[in-house]
Amino acid sequence: MAGQHATASFFRRDRNEAPVSEFDRKSVLDVRNLNKTYQGSDGETIALDDVSFSVNEGEFVAIVGPSGCGKSTLLKILTGLLAKSSGELSLRGETIAKPRSDIGIVFQSPVLFPWRNVLGNILLPVDVLRRRREAYQARALDLIDLVGLKGFERKYPWQLSGGMQQRVAISRGLIHDPAMLLMDEPFGALDAMTREHMNIQLQRIWMDRKKTILFITHSIPEAVFLADRVFVMTPRPGRIQAVEEIHLERPRGLEVMNTPEFGKHVRRIRDYFSAVGGLD
Amino acid sequence: MKRGLDFFASVTLVAFVLLGWEAAVSILQIPSLILPAPSEILVALYRGFARGVYLRHLGITLTETLLGFMFGSIVGFLIGVAVSLNKRLEFFLLPFMVMFQSVPKVALAPLVIIWFGLGLQSKVIMAAMISFFPIMVNTIAGLKSVDEERTNLLAGLTASKWQMLWMLQLPSALPFIFAGLEIGVTLSLLGAIVAEFLGGSAGLGMLLTAMNFSMDVAGVFSILLILSLMGWCLATIVTLARRFFVFWDPASRSPT
Repeated sequence: MAGQHATASFFRRDRNEAPVSEFDRKSVLDVRNLNKTYQGSDGETIALDDVSFSVNEGEFVAIVGPSGCGKSTLLKILTGLLAKSSGELSLRGETIAKPRSDIGIVFQSPVLFPWRNVLGNILLPVDVLRRRREAYQARALDLIDLVGLKGFERKYPWQLSGGMQQRVAISRGLIHDPAMLLMDEPFGALDAMTREHMNIQLQRIWMDRKKTILFITHSIPEAVFLADRVFVMTPRPGRIQAVEEIHLERPRGLEVMNTPEFGKHVRRIRDYFSAVGGLD
Repeated sequence: MKRGLDFFASVTLVAFVLLGWEAAVSILQIPSLILPAPSEILVALYRGFARGVYLRHLGITLTETLLGFMFGSIVGFLIGVAVSLNKRLEFFLLPFMVMFQSVPKVALAPLVIIWFGLGLQSKVIMAAMISFFPIMVNTIAGLKSVDEERTNLLAGLTASKWQMLWMLQLPSALPFIFAGLEIGVTLSLLGAIVAEFLGGSAGLGMLLTAMNFSMDVAGVFSILLILSLMGWCLATIVTLARRFFVFWDPASRSPT
């Protein structure tokens, strides 16, 4: 293929410098030369290969990639639940070595506690961090209002739909005012229509709270729709191949998906994947 | 509507069985030494309660059962928690536990009577011993049943080992623990009765053996009736407690 050479050199430039943002905005999360290898019975597996990037204050960053590209490994290391092999990572200048109280996490499944009602689930981080519930009560009710669950405060998780449960999980991730919110394919288990609705909601929440979000997904349109920047992650070994900056106007409505610019971003990200041998 | 009909059908069936029993005994002239008629059993039941004998012995058996169940549950629960918190403890205790469990507890009753006498103590110990194991095993299984994602979530929030136990493991274990309690409470009654059989100065089990010796078969049947009602009541109370405390578990939600 004629165009392949040009794309490849584009990648090389990207790999060396581009993922580290050089904006003068304050960065919240800094990842430098992060490596992770697993020792298996059949030798070493490289899960993350020299991953470097920064996420700025108030920025919405999406990491998009197929399953097995190391997204989840990266997220586990960022939450402090998994040890890195080498490299540096810091949140607001402090090294991440073990779980921290200033990170909010939202998983693919809501992971709610069935014996706690909606309010109790949202206040879970407050309980774990041994802070006074009363001090966060108003904030919790505020979040419940924000995610559109007013009137459901005393309901139990099994009385809610999947989308509602995930909104409880998002509120729980935000209750203790973390420095950043990590979201690991949070809408992956929802049906397509609920998912679009949740994307709109999430954008609204993000614009309202100005929270820094790192959003992991395997849906390219979802990443383009939500993010300021999209990190393209490719598997074996997991590395960030390219960064796509999205300058679509906010707030974005679903109709933005039909614009030429949106299609151009999606196509370019797809091309990055096919250039490294497709997703098969 | 359908449930009301089912209930009616069930009551009718019981009534027919009892009537058939009564008729069979009088037509076939079965001696009451072999099989007393339901009416005779009712008379024996009435007489026993009217004289105050049954109530006194029922109270004694109930006390033994409940005390034994309480001790058995508490010890079973505590050992279960300790074992799941400490892998080495599990390693050292497990052989003893397996050995203890493989002995039919009923066979230990004569020894228990010799060691602890004919009074309340030996019955309570018997009831505790027999109910302790299922509660311990279920506590261990329950504490291990914790969902990995929930564990990750709490760990990611910097939860301590004790917070993990209190906020996640214990609530997750509750359905298992209650299943153990439901088995345990019936076993406690069994333990108390067996101990009374072998060496008791009071209690329904002692009364039952005494009636058997004096060939009062209608009396034996009336005691059996009381015992089965007692077992049913105890199990129902534990089930209701489970529905109250484990309301969030799909298996515990009432089918309304």
